[in-house]
Amino acid sequence: MPVLNSKELRIVGFLCNWCAYGGADTAGVARAGQPTDLRIIRVPCSGRVDPLFVLKALLEGADGVLVSGCHPRDCHYAAGNFYARRRLEVLKRFLPVLGIDDARFEYAWVSASEGQRWQHVVTSFTKRIHAMGPAPHFDDAKPLLRVADMALTALRPLGTAQNAAVNELKQVIKDKLPELNCVIGWQQGYDGAHATPLFMKTPEDVDKLSWGPFNVMNPAVYLPLFKGKKTGVVVKGCDSRSVVELLQENLIKREDVIIFALPCEGTLDIARVNEKLGRYTRINAVAYDEAGVTITADGKEHRFCMNDFAQGKCYGCATPMAVLADTRLGEPHKVNPVSSVPPELAMLDDMALSERMAFWRGQMERCLRCYACRNACPMCVCRDYCVSDSRNPHWMSQDADINQKLFFQTIHALHLSGRCTGCGECQRACPVGIPILALRQQIARAVAQLFDDYKAGLNPAALPPLLGYEAHEKNIHERDWK
Amino acid sequence: MSTIRILASDGLPAFLSFLSQKHQRVLVPVVKSANKRSVIFEPWRAGMPVVLEKATVPPKEAVLPQCETLLTYKKSKNQEDLGDITVSLDDTPEALSTAIFACRPCDARGFRVLDRPFLNGLFPDPYYKARRESLTVFTITCSSGCNTCFCHWVGGGPSSPEGSDVLMTKIEEALMLQAISPAGEALLKDCDLPDGRDIFPRAEAARKAAWASLAPAPDLKQAPQKIAALFGNDDFWQSQTSGCLSCGACTYLCPACYCFNITDEGDGFGVHGGRRLRSWDNCMSSLFTHEASGHNPRMLKTPRMRNRVSHKFSTYPENWGTFSCNGCGRCISNCPVSLDIRAIVLAALDNAG
Ligand code: SF4
Ligand code: SF4
Ligand code: SF4
Ligand code: SF4
Ligand code: SF4
Repeated sequence: MPVLNSKELRIVGFLCNWCAYGGADTAGVARAGQPTDLRIIRVPCSGRVDPLFVLKALLEGADGVLVSGCHPRDCHYAAGNFYARRRLEVLKRFLPVLGIDDARFEYAWVSASEGQRWQHVVTSFTKRIHAMGPAPHFDDAKPLLRVADMALTALRPLGTAQNAAVNELKQVIKDKLPELNCVIGWQQGYDGAHATPLFMKTPEDVDKLSWGPFNVMNPAVYLPLFKGKKTGVVVKGCDSRSVVELLQENLIKREDVIIFALPCEGTLDIARVNEKLGRYTRINAVAYDEAGVTITADGKEHRFCMNDFAQGKCYGCATPMAVLADTRLGEPHKVNPVSSVPPELAMLDDMALSERMAFWRGQMERCLRCYACRNACPMCVCRDYCVSDSRNPHWMSQDADINQKLFFQTIHALHLSGRCTGCGECQRACPVGIPILALRQQIARAVAQLFDDYKAGLNPAALPPLLGYEAHEKNIHERDWK
Repeated sequence: MSTIRILASDGLPAFLSFLSQKHQRVLVPVVKSANKRSVIFEPWRAGMPVVLEKATVPPKEAVLPQCETLLTYKKSKNQEDLGDITVSLDDTPEALSTAIFACRPCDARGFRVLDRPFLNGLFPDPYYKARRESLTVFTITCSSGCNTCFCHWVGGGPSSPEGSDVLMTKIEEALMLQAISPAGEALLKDCDLPDGRDIFPRAEAARKAAWASLAPAPDLKQAPQKIAALFGNDDFWQSQTSGCLSCGACTYLCPACYCFNITDEGDGFGVHGGRRLRSWDNCMSSLFTHEASGHNPRMLKTPRMRNRVSHKFSTYPENWGTFSCNGCGRCISNCPVSLDIRAIVLAALDNAG
């Protein structure tokens, strides 16, 4: 008996077995009329609702999704809904960056005795969805390509680290080498304009260590592979945050890692460097000065000023020196941390919801499902067992369509909630240049808003916010369903 | 001499529209602007701006799509006798007749690498075959080498005609089109472009200059044996693989990689029917060798990298007499950690023993 006269829409409900589902039953027994648009999936606890269930439903055509469970402090299992509350609130703040109206998703607490409340929640949510109409789909959006404005001002002068104490550092590493399995750093790659990771085992290896604007890779990504073997790592400030986050999550042990640090003056956005260099047969020379690099390729000089060609993350970087280290040599520039919106996120902020949908449509089309983004992420813990290509469970279609591709990005972004340090490796690794970092940045912003300006990877003793809860959340307020 | 035509730069849209009449789709390189810009092959539509640059992703997709439906099946019940279920199956290949416009010689040679296992083996692949037989390849020769290109190490070169139907060379703003295959011959005869025989010498000079810009190539004749001999040398592979993230970008961007996975996906719970999908897969992934028993013979990235390099430089040559690497260099320039397959091959050659 539809209480609304218009056609049914597709609304999916995830209801906890003990409260909300019971509430719906109570409503039924009391013959309280309800709209019929809702399709209910019963789950043991609202804590069982992975935000990805909601996203999967939305990406595969649901017009609205409702999650409902026991009232906070009334969880059948003690704390499931406390965890759910944090995750679902982050999800709500994540949806708009994709171009999905967050009003299409809601969560509500209903106890088994609250038949009337259930009737009210489901009726008003259904009304809301009907007022919005059927959800727009990524497949129907007309691709929109837009490029973020990279004319940025850095919080401190960026440079090429000409005065960094590299030689002293090499000596320190050589001294420590005998007690270490290896020390991870960088060396020149296939040419002078590209670096590659270096795994130092001998003093000769240490001599190859380079420090400077080409050291873009994040060496922390390798640390979990050396579990149980004492390993050294040379870090930039941003890399050190990944090391700290790995420690926060017990993915590595403090006694197994020795951290060497120099002050970072910024690293180059190699994609933009490559674009400017164009096709060249060989690099003749790479000359450094305080403010930038001059690369001569096939006899032609190209100037790269750090202030113009740094990675997006470096402009707003507040941690040029490692936040945790065993050896720190040199003093970084003083930074006044001013909160700024990173370039790609700023571009999305300026778009309407429909434009964002069109943007992701236009970007994700060319995704190869190579998962370089995933494997380059130092915080990605599953990797070989990722749901995106696992056959058991077979959770994602192997179809090469835009919804599947975007779905993977949401999986990665949400799995990184409160854990992503913004190192940007995912985006840098993407061979086809999809600006996927913005999705992670939006979640990091939501996490900071909700949890006292929390930032991942600053304090080894801090509990990542999505692994914990407060009985009374300061910044998450109950929706008013009255 | 084969048919030679000249295409003025402003004649490109008309020529592409001519090709569109002959093919169901014409794939052209277009720019996808982003902070990191990429060039991707896309079906041409009137008004679409085309760039004659080397694409970020090779046009392999034309014969081996990222994902394709191999078959769909439907179950239907006999209403009189519900135990009597008929399954109907449709396995018609998804094949559009396609022209690729302006790929590079290394891309065109990639189709030859794919042809051998897919067409010349014991069981020709009907899906691949249907697409391959209706494919016309227009290749643009490169005007110079590039720091990551090494086509001339592996039997190709900046103007190699292998795998192309028409070879094009840029001369100032115009393109000289030279028929290579009978299909290319027929197409060029059929189009209304002016004859270009008199500029052929200029094209030849440009091609020579491109060759001259390349750094000398090492001799890789010993590579298959040397690499095979290193099979059990874990230390060697370990030392070459430490930086690898096992991401597989290198293989998905490779015009000569062709590994795939097959997955059955049911509609709902598969009660009414479903599809059998074939999608790209690659040897850098752990799941690639994950066996039904749960055992995985290549748990670590070391044997995976060994497989990638061996397949390209040792086992494929053993089977088919030529490398399954065309030296396009995409795996180097797009590797997130700048790993260089050339260096691994050279290290293998250098290795004593
Ligand atoms: S984010 Fe900071 S520490 Fe990291 S590379 Fe940029 S300037 Fe250096
Ligand atoms: S999601 Fe991206 S930015 Fe965040 S930690 Fe992983 S690689 Fe770094
Ligand atoms: S790295 Fe880029 S192309 Fe590869 S899966 Fe990630 S988003 Fe897609
Ligand atoms: S692209 Fe590079 S990091 Fe990724 S699998 Fe290939 S070699 Fe390894
Ligand atoms: S085995 Fe590896 S290298 Fe060979 S074709 Fe497959 S993915 Fe490519």
